[in-house]
Amino acid sequence: MSGLVVLIPIAIFLGVLALVSFLWALRNGQYEDLEGASQRILNDDDSPE
Amino acid sequence: MTCCVPVPGYPDDAEQRVEADDKALMNLARKLGDGARQLEFAVPDAHCAACIRTIETSLKKLPQVETARVNLSKRRVRVVFDPARGAPSEIAPAIKASGYHTYLVETDADAAGDPALWELVRALAVAGFAAGNIMLFSVSIWSGANDATRDLFHWISAFIALPAIAYAGRPFFRSAWRALRVGRTNMDVPISIGVTLATLLSIYETAVSGEHAYFDASTSLLFFLLIGRTLDHLMRERARNAITNLARLAPPGATQIKADGSREFVALNEVRPGMVLDLKPGERVPVDATVLNGSSAMDYSIVSGETVPHDVAPGAEIMAGAMNLWGSLNIRAERASTDSFLARMADMMEAAEGARTRQRRVADRAASVYAPVVHTLAATTFLAWGLVTGDWHAAITNAVAVLIITCPCALALAVPIVHVVAAGKLFAHGILMKDGAALERAAEIDRVAFDKTGTLTRGRPVLVAQSGTLSAALDMAAALAAASTHPLSRALVIALGHRDTVAAEIVERPGQGIEAQANGVLWRLGSAGWCGVADRHDVVGTQVWLTRDGEPLAWFRFADIPRDDANTAIASLKKLGLRISLISGDRSDAVAALASEVGIADYSAGLLPADKVAAVGGLGNAMMVGDGINDAPALRAAHVSMAPASAADIGRSAADFVFTGEQLAAVPFVIRTARQAASIVNQNLAIAIGYNAIAVPLAVSGMVTPLIAAIAMSSSSLIVVLNALRLRWEGRTRVPKPRRSAPLAEPMPGIAE
Repeated sequence: MSGLVVLIPIAIFLGVLALVSFLWALRNGQYEDLEGASQRILNDDDSPE
Repeated sequence: MTCCVPVPGYPDDAEQRVEADDKALMNLARKLGDGARQLEFAVPDAHCAACIRTIETSLKKLPQVETARVNLSKRRVRVVFDPARGAPSEIAPAIKASGYHTYLVETDADAAGDPALWELVRALAVAGFAAGNIMLFSVSIWSGANDATRDLFHWISAFIALPAIAYAGRPFFRSAWRALRVGRTNMDVPISIGVTLATLLSIYETAVSGEHAYFDASTSLLFFLLIGRTLDHLMRERARNAITNLARLAPPGATQIKADGSREFVALNEVRPGMVLDLKPGERVPVDATVLNGSSAMDYSIVSGETVPHDVAPGAEIMAGAMNLWGSLNIRAERASTDSFLARMADMMEAAEGARTRQRRVADRAASVYAPVVHTLAATTFLAWGLVTGDWHAAITNAVAVLIITCPCALALAVPIVHVVAAGKLFAHGILMKDGAALERAAEIDRVAFDKTGTLTRGRPVLVAQSGTLSAALDMAAALAAASTHPLSRALVIALGHRDTVAAEIVERPGQGIEAQANGVLWRLGSAGWCGVADRHDVVGTQVWLTRDGEPLAWFRFADIPRDDANTAIASLKKLGLRISLISGDRSDAVAALASEVGIADYSAGLLPADKVAAVGGLGNAMMVGDGINDAPALRAAHVSMAPASAADIGRSAADFVFTGEQLAAVPFVIRTARQAASIVNQNLAIAIGYNAIAVPLAVSGMVTPLIAAIAMSSSSLIVVLNALRLRWEGRTRVPKPRRSAPLAEPMPGIAE
């Protein structure tokens, strides 16, 4: 039982972390152009924008 | 490669060029603050990393451009510019100079894209998170956690489930409430009732330290259902986006010539009868009008299906939508835009729509039977258990179990998932489907009605025969033709290719031809009569002669020839057991010639738009395939309809399917896919019913625990999804892909300038 007290919060925290980061990515426009993102990696831009 | 899905089919290049008008661009641009403005351009050919780079670099060289970003999924580029540092009209030419077709499209109303989609995706993420975590606790309970541990797990599940269901269930609750308020039921009503009751019962069970809670069932139910709904939404969004990419955004309007001779742009809805308007070559007639002065020819192919241009002179009446081929005209507006030909077609479309909206979708029909049955069953279970055993707690538990087990997870996925897979398959073949209901209707048709010009044929004349191989003569013919925008001249340039230009003064004689004086020799390219040659009426198609000082050197014969695969497409439609008819607004000899060429026995010519509506509205369910403005009402009236991407805007928006390739094979392909989809939908419904037939008796007899419910629900959903995926592989090798970007293969007149 004592193990659960530690493990359950950790498990739920990790789950929430994943959910929050997904929602962040969504809000940040990371999923706006999946096709473009997969192609852009081929462009050799050294200068960061 | 999915990135190479063809979305060709550019609107005609001679359309109004908004891109060049600074004032119009500034009005259309979105204000971003700090004086910056934003415009969006479609770049249908962009498909790779190099394309992104080329377009973005060439745009960033302009001083006024602040940022330029290509969205490859949408094939658009979003440009933020500062009007203080340069004109917006330089943007489109910069994209064109980098080698890509482009035209202005309407900027998304919302900067964040599609809010409804993001709401679904967020709900999906929350439901997935909740279902996954709760399932972890449920598995522990099923493996033997008991007493205090089980209660603790139930409580934690409740704390995760309640907010998650409240958030992720909103799309269903809203839709169910909308339906109930008007006294109807849809699939969302049993879903909402099932989820809500299961959750309430689980809270009660948790509070009294009960053995079974259904939090896992209600959250994973929402998760599965949201997957189906999100996919469905994505499918429609993709089709809608591809279709708006086809439509060139032209602020419809006209140039008014005022009494003092000054010119001013007026919006289409401000054009009043009596106004004098300027109509340049290549522009479409904005409203029904009369020619005041100037002479030219009008291309009616998209208005009435006629391929031969009409010559117009002062006094001639011209219809909205016709294209002015060469002469500059002054015209007097006769009707306001709301009474013009286009608007009358739009009214007819609305009138024709009634029959179609009465048709209900398969899923809704299933739901209308399903919901009452399920609710009666649950209520009976509750009463029977309560009255027979007197144990009301067991009664409510079992009634809720019935609701959960029958919650139409498989049923709600059975139809949309098939439509999504079918839409993906069609999309890969260059066919855009507007929504799933169209697919259901396409499976029910028993005949197909084709329009002629632009649908069965290419919609523009093509050089089919010529005499004379003298190089100098052909050079001169090409040079003369290059100076004109007449469809026959364009066809000649395409056929002969660009030759060395000949130094000469070229004059175009409306309705007659083109003449040039070079080194004291008079060259003429034009109609037989004008060239002084006896006209031969025994040939099909239009003939053009080339003469030198009145001496005939060569002739060229043009015809609007059928699409490459018209014969095979018609033949395979017949093989599918469909009756084929040809309904055209063109002259009857032209229609008869084409009908016999492609093998259609049933044809009618000279039809008005209303006649076409009547022709498709007769007995049985017809599919209409057409492209013109005059086809639009028939496209809407038909049971289901299809249009090529080159169709008039109004036709494209009226059609259920839009095919972007050059090939008519798309028509039998859609029908075959629709029939396969319909049979898979029926299989899926049968699977869902079979599942219920096994699971419901268990639930009624009180033998369903949360574990059994979870297994039954997931497995039935999986089976349905896997069955739908079969559609992807079925008939895969039989249909050739349309040639990519076929319109690009030919030099587009007007691009070269």
